[in-house]
Amino acid sequence: MITPVLEMRRIVKTFPGVKALNDVSFSVSRGEIHCLVGENGAGKSTLMKVLSGLYPHGSYSGEILLEGVPQQFRSISDSTRAGIAVIYQELALVPEMSIYENIFLGHEVRNGMSVDWNETIKRAAEMLRKVRLNINPATKVRDLGVGRQQLVEIAKALSKNVKLLILDEPTAALNEDDCANLFDLLRHLKDEGVTSILISHKLKEVIQIADAVTVLRDGQTVCTLNARSDEISEAVLIKQMVGREISNIYPPRERNHFDETILEIRDWSAYDTNLGRPVLKSVNLRVGKGEIVGIAGLMGSGRTEFARSIFGNPDHYELSGTLFLQGQEQTIRNPKQAISTGIAYATEDRKGNGLILIQDVKQNITIANLREIAKSGTVDANAEVKVATEFKDALNIKTPSVEQTVVNLSGGNQQKVSLAKWLFVKPKVLILDEPTRGIDVGAKYEIYCIMNDLVAEGMSIIMISSELPEILGMSDRIYVVSAGRITGELQAAEANQEIIMQMATS
Amino acid sequence: MIVKDLQKVFSANIREYGMYIALIVIMGIFQWMTGGLFLSSRNIANLFNQSGYVAVLAVGMTLVIVIRQIDLSVGFLAGFLGAIAAIMLVQWHIPVLLVIPMILALGVLAGLITAYPVAKMGIPSFVTSLAGWLIYRGLLLMVTGATGTIIIPDPVFNQIGNGFVPDLFASETFLPGLHKTTLVLGFIALVWFMISETISRRRKESYDFEVLPFYLFVMKLVSLSAIIAAISWIVSGYNGLSWTVVIVLLVVMAYQFLTTKTVLGRHIYAVGGNPEAAELSGISVSKITFLVFGSMGLMTALSGILFAARLKSAMPTAGTLFELDAIAASYIGGVSAAGGVGKVTGALLGTIVYMCLMNGLNLLNTDIALQYVIRGGVLVAAVIFDVTTRQARR
Ligand SMILES: Nc1ncnc2c1ncn2[C@@H]1O[C@H](COP(=O)(O)OP(=O)(O)OP(=O)(O)O)[C@@H](O)[C@H]1O
Ligand SMILES: [Mg+2]
Repeated sequence: MITPVLEMRRIVKTFPGVKALNDVSFSVSRGEIHCLVGENGAGKSTLMKVLSGLYPHGSYSGEILLEGVPQQFRSISDSTRAGIAVIYQELALVPEMSIYENIFLGHEVRNGMSVDWNETIKRAAEMLRKVRLNINPATKVRDLGVGRQQLVEIAKALSKNVKLLILDEPTAALNEDDCANLFDLLRHLKDEGVTSILISHKLKEVIQIADAVTVLRDGQTVCTLNARSDEISEAVLIKQMVGREISNIYPPRERNHFDETILEIRDWSAYDTNLGRPVLKSVNLRVGKGEIVGIAGLMGSGRTEFARSIFGNPDHYELSGTLFLQGQEQTIRNPKQAISTGIAYATEDRKGNGLILIQDVKQNITIANLREIAKSGTVDANAEVKVATEFKDALNIKTPSVEQTVVNLSGGNQQKVSLAKWLFVKPKVLILDEPTRGIDVGAKYEIYCIMNDLVAEGMSIIMISSELPEILGMSDRIYVVSAGRITGELQAAEANQEIIMQMATS
Repeated sequence: MIVKDLQKVFSANIREYGMYIALIVIMGIFQWMTGGLFLSSRNIANLFNQSGYVAVLAVGMTLVIVIRQIDLSVGFLAGFLGAIAAIMLVQWHIPVLLVIPMILALGVLAGLITAYPVAKMGIPSFVTSLAGWLIYRGLLLMVTGATGTIIIPDPVFNQIGNGFVPDLFASETFLPGLHKTTLVLGFIALVWFMISETISRRRKESYDFEVLPFYLFVMKLVSLSAIIAAISWIVSGYNGLSWTVVIVLLVVMAYQFLTTKTVLGRHIYAVGGNPEAAELSGISVSKITFLVFGSMGLMTALSGILFAARLKSAMPTAGTLFELDAIAASYIGGVSAAGGVGKVTGALLGTIVYMCLMNGLNLLNTDIALQYVIRGGVLVAAVIFDVTTRQARR
């Protein structure tokens, strides 16, 4: 038998109050694409942090072997030297620097005392060719889309002679083209001898690309399936992940006509004075009471800009057009007013501008509506714990207590906290921007059920999503956005992926 | 088992306990080196009175740093406002009970002015408050230029910096030489402390939160009560509570309540923790910025009053380096430059540590040059300790 490239044996990692990894064993053969799946909080990211030395040797128990040799990584740089590179979902590039500076950041090409920029640029161009990114290496990273930034990250890893490439939810923020592109590249790298570990909640992708899949549940390895010998299907994976079968991905819902208009937007245009370009061009949109309106479109088409422009316009775009809430024309000057008139917006970027990571779960849940649990300006601590605990139970947020600091929660559970925060505001119109990004199948189903309950009670939801199946499965009506314009409006019944993609790229 | 429990509790609270231990160690060393002079009633009274004007600044500064800003203008602003108070009293003959609120209002106004470019235009507070530093220094020199030091003859005003709470229970026979009112207040504080700790423990238990093992809880109560009792005893040995201490305690209690219990306090920490998320949660970051700088201005005015009253005069150099003392005390007290972290009680404790150091070194007649070096060393040590213990807990 050939020795695996990587073997992790009996890894146990505990945090105060949480056993994140409980005796995990995990083995990866050379030159394969190995996917790691499991529910939110199953321990996938933690396992990779152990592997990369972010959690140093000694802070966990168990063994790590690379090509049969035991390793004791004390830091990321130790594992980098051993040929391991991790690409996190939050990309770690410096936006103000050029591509070539980023690629060689931390291991600059030297010429005596100084940096050899010519050589740097030459080598950077080479790396970009390897990741098949045809772009000037002097371009600033800020000016690239997420997909391309990810490729730059991979180029950076390749420049360090990576043998084992780890990608933690790389596709969560990618559109389908970028995704396909990334997978092509991974297959190509595989031929060149680079082994990859891929964490993803998108099971379709997993099936498509994996040579082997390891499933984690509650900090333990459930099984490892091999594409050659085992059946890998969505049903099988889901069953292994959650321990039971889930037949419907989308809970059934009745689709009615929604005649009572809650929100109406007419001739809505926005101009970004910082970038000096229009971001929205005369958008018209209507949301009925109790309706789920889906907004589809490619990354950068203006979906998020639209949401933010109606949610009090925190980016200070120059706006024109009118907004009616329950038939009343409203001028909303800031998010505070938006919230008090009944609009809420759960952002797509929960870490950047959604949550206060250094505060605990209960503080994050109540922050947008503290008055509700306050008497004459004083927060009622008991009421706060009660409210937070209710949401923790209702949304099944996995945390030892509501006093846990949010930064310590797994990605998916952070997303649920951010959702809880807006549900507590009880808005009339709830805008959800990528509500299920990074969320596992079971939790997705829970969130969809919650959405259905909310609209049944008369709330209206605008759901922005890059996942077309989700848009199709949940929306009553769909708007398609492209380049700041609405290029189509569809009833759920008449929509399908092709039509939407056509409109989104027109 | 006891050792293990202790270890666990200690490592979870090392940051907080570490500060108390540092304070006790510093006090112990000075007590020993000064041959008992340091903890004498007289010196402690002096130390507390000296700390007042720094403590109120540190309280204000802590909140400024919590929202990721800084205010360098407070030193000379305090000096300038002290001088204005002196001029109002001496030259314009305005009654003291009008002067004080007017000065406090001016302080708030000055804070709001510093905040304006920060909140409305996104200009770094380092710059606007540096400008304030220059401007108030100039203004201070201007108003004291003609006369030089202005002596303040007003006895009521000067009481604020030098006076003591009268003893309501004065008696020549019972505990002679001790300030009975102080003892009574100390006793009340002690009882209140025990009751509130017990209530909070009950509440935590009812939520099934982790609490200290019972015997450790008792140990904690006993040792902290002993400290309260000892402080009351020492303080009562020399005229008792001074008005400065009363003012500082009231300020700290008010701010402690504001920051830990109110909606406003939570908004302040939210802005510090993630300004963008706070804005999107319906909190006006610019409003909070104005508010925190306004409060800083208020504390600055109070500091100016305390200092002028203590010296019974306004001097052209008043306020020099106060801002840096306040910033140092805040950092020793555990505020984080990354924002969103820092306690008002920490600011008070930080001030006491810092002032103990100055006071003790003075008692020892340490060369002033060396004093600066030692203060710098302690500041760095405190912040390193803070950062490393915070990382260790992750
Ligand atoms: N620093 C930490 N302190 C305390 N608990 C932690 C810490 N990091 C992770 N955890 C806990 O460990 C568990 C595993 O988290 P991990 O991030 O590995 O999950 P995950 O499988 O990556 O989930 P997701 O799919 O949501 O990203 C979770 O319950 C999480 O709350
Ligand atoms: Mg994760």
